[in-house]
Amino acid sequence: MPAQHTDRAFEEELRLLRDRLLLMAGRVEEMIDGAMRALVDRDSDIARQVIKQDAAVNGDEVAIDDQCWRILARRQPMGVDLRFLLQTHKMVGELERVGDLAVNIAERAIDLNAAEPLKPYHDIPKMGELVQSMVRDAIDALVNTDPQLANNVIDRDDEVDDLYDEIFADLLELMVADPQLVERGIHVQSVAKYLERMGDHAENMAEQVIFLVGGEDVRHIGYRKTSGGVG
Amino acid sequence: MPLRQSPIDNPQFSVSGLKAWYGKTLVLKGIEMQIPTGGVTAIIGPSGCGKSTFIRCLNRMHEIVPGARVEGSIVLEGQDINHPNVDPARLRRKVGMVFQKPNPFPTMTIRENVLAGLRLTKTSSKSNDAQIVERALRQAALWDEVKDELNKLGSGLSGGQQQRLCIARALAVDPDVILMDEPCSALDPIATARIEDLIHSLRENYTIVIVTHNMQQAARVSDRTAFFLMGELIEFNDTDSIFTKPTKQQTDEYITGKFG
Amino acid sequence: MYRTGVEKWEKAFIGLCLFAVLVPLAMLFVLLADVVMDGAGRLTWSFLTSLPSRKAELAGIKPALVGSIYLIGLTGAFAVPVGIGAAIYLEEYGGDNWLTRLIEVNIANLAGVPSIIYGLLGLEIFVRFANFGQSLMSGALTLALLILPIIIVASREALATVPNGLREGCYALGSTKWQAIRQVVVPMALPGMLTGSILAISRAIGETAPLIAIGALTYVTFLPDGPMSPFTALPIQIFNWVSRPQPEFVINAAAGIMVLMAILLMFNALAIYLRQKYQRRS
Repeated sequence: MPAQHTDRAFEEELRLLRDRLLLMAGRVEEMIDGAMRALVDRDSDIARQVIKQDAAVNGDEVAIDDQCWRILARRQPMGVDLRFLLQTHKMVGELERVGDLAVNIAERAIDLNAAEPLKPYHDIPKMGELVQSMVRDAIDALVNTDPQLANNVIDRDDEVDDLYDEIFADLLELMVADPQLVERGIHVQSVAKYLERMGDHAENMAEQVIFLVGGEDVRHIGYRKTSGGVG
Repeated sequence: MPLRQSPIDNPQFSVSGLKAWYGKTLVLKGIEMQIPTGGVTAIIGPSGCGKSTFIRCLNRMHEIVPGARVEGSIVLEGQDINHPNVDPARLRRKVGMVFQKPNPFPTMTIRENVLAGLRLTKTSSKSNDAQIVERALRQAALWDEVKDELNKLGSGLSGGQQQRLCIARALAVDPDVILMDEPCSALDPIATARIEDLIHSLRENYTIVIVTHNMQQAARVSDRTAFFLMGELIEFNDTDSIFTKPTKQQTDEYITGKFG
Repeated sequence: MYRTGVEKWEKAFIGLCLFAVLVPLAMLFVLLADVVMDGAGRLTWSFLTSLPSRKAELAGIKPALVGSIYLIGLTGAFAVPVGIGAAIYLEEYGGDNWLTRLIEVNIANLAGVPSIIYGLLGLEIFVRFANFGQSLMSGALTLALLILPIIIVASREALATVPNGLREGCYALGSTKWQAIRQVVVPMALPGMLTGSILAISRAIGETAPLIAIGALTYVTFLPDGPMSPFTALPIQIFNWVSRPQPEFVINAAAGIMVLMAILLMFNALAIYLRQKYQRRS
């Protein structure tokens, strides 16, 4: 930020909003991490913890939205502040969806942990790490107004999509060879799908950061893969 | 570096190299600006940035102040208004002005106030006075409120009504341009909303240039916004761009409330 | 929270100020009462309509009253247009340079010059140099000079209270400076200018010294028939009677003072009325 707001109470309100957003993003990252460990380490306790954490993330979403509305109504912000508030308002929605997807993965992990292990999910943890880093970087890009980092997030989504395609092909092969594996195979495929959607959400957030910083709307410009039902 | 603007079609005012002084103080430091014909152009900026001086140059009201001086050209209809042959009184009939504090003439009735411009300059023909009064008051959205008391003193009206009376008075001389110098700063929010509504209805037929230190007002009423800072034009663009994604850092700091 | 005792001093001060107001008022009242007790019995219609006489009980103030009215009318006719014109020039056109500042300082000083000096000036210029003689003309011109500074100062103040926004409003409608002054500024300032003029004229009514200096007659048994006619005026008649040894003439003087006071109060009442009437619209 080049300069501070002359009204220090306003500056403080925006700082608080930024802190809350970071806190929420941290929680969501933790949930992704937990969901992956629950899956890889076959630890259903961790999975249940992840499911519990979702309530806190939902609470964050409501609180942050509420603060956005309040600042909009009372301060009538302009320019970069207006963009920051509206983007924050949208990004908490995306973050909350990422949290829900982490819950979905945790639920699948509980089911999978109850059965025999399928095979080492070597590409799934890699995908999980990648998505986690994308969510973290998208939030960092917002808070530090760093469009380069945001661009980087958008680029990484291609990797996520490629990984998903590979995992999908692997699982298909596995399931065709042995119908016994279909149920577990579908669970694993779902996990991969959830991760892929998380990547899309991270990409959306990154695009909004670019708009916030440059004031340029890069959404729906040029090519954009539209896997996952995210709007 | 003065802001350069690419030429536009059919400008109302083409301002170039405009410098203005009060005594030895330089308050406008070379303004380059083309104000399009029609619509509302808002001028924002902190106190002392020269925004009021700028619009007072557009109808040569600046030179009324003792010691005030102007340099540079302001072209209106192909004619530099600062040319020695231009009669400022005739210019001001083309370029009307509404002031910060409502200033109806206290010794005149509502009707006389509307006709004041014509009477003062002896261009009134008496025969169509009634028509002119009604038309101007209707345009100023005041007719329904005062039509039964046209012979009462204008100073008996509320502040907002007085300001609309002043707008009617400016409209009665049939100008092309209306300059407004913080027209709502002495009014309450409801009276302000009425004036803003009026500005919306006038933008079709007149070129309106409004100075305001209320950014939200500029955002509400204008099509284009110019940001002045310390006697210089920093940025001039359509209002949506100025208030959502200005291109200059000074503009951004000003509209988000970060002043030094 | 608790009283500190300071307000006791405040109350004492207010009391002192009130006393300072009451003392002159009381003295004025005593003076007026004295005059009324002396003169009331003598104030009859024939007193107003009779010529002066060597016999106190027959003497009247007709020539003095008529002379005063003529004198005041002429004085006003000279002083008011010139004073208001000068005020308009100084306030609206004069600008701010050494010449106007010099004029301003001089006018302020002139307002404080003793009236007898004006009388001597009038004697030299109007009576002798212009050869108007000891006429109404000379008297009126002298009194006009005397009250001119007062009218100018009061009119300038009235013009200065016209908000600048109104002048700008005129210019913005395409009026010239003269049109703005004539149609907006002067109508606005007129009540103030008239009030100032009336108060100045009422001062002239009571002036004695300059008239004596230019040699106005003290015993006149005819009415003035034109501006060049010799004349007398109420204050002079009163002065004349007061200086007589006989007590009957002093009673006449008291009655004359009552007439003079009545005229002065009427003028002041008119000024107050005008101020009240036009105050509301600004």
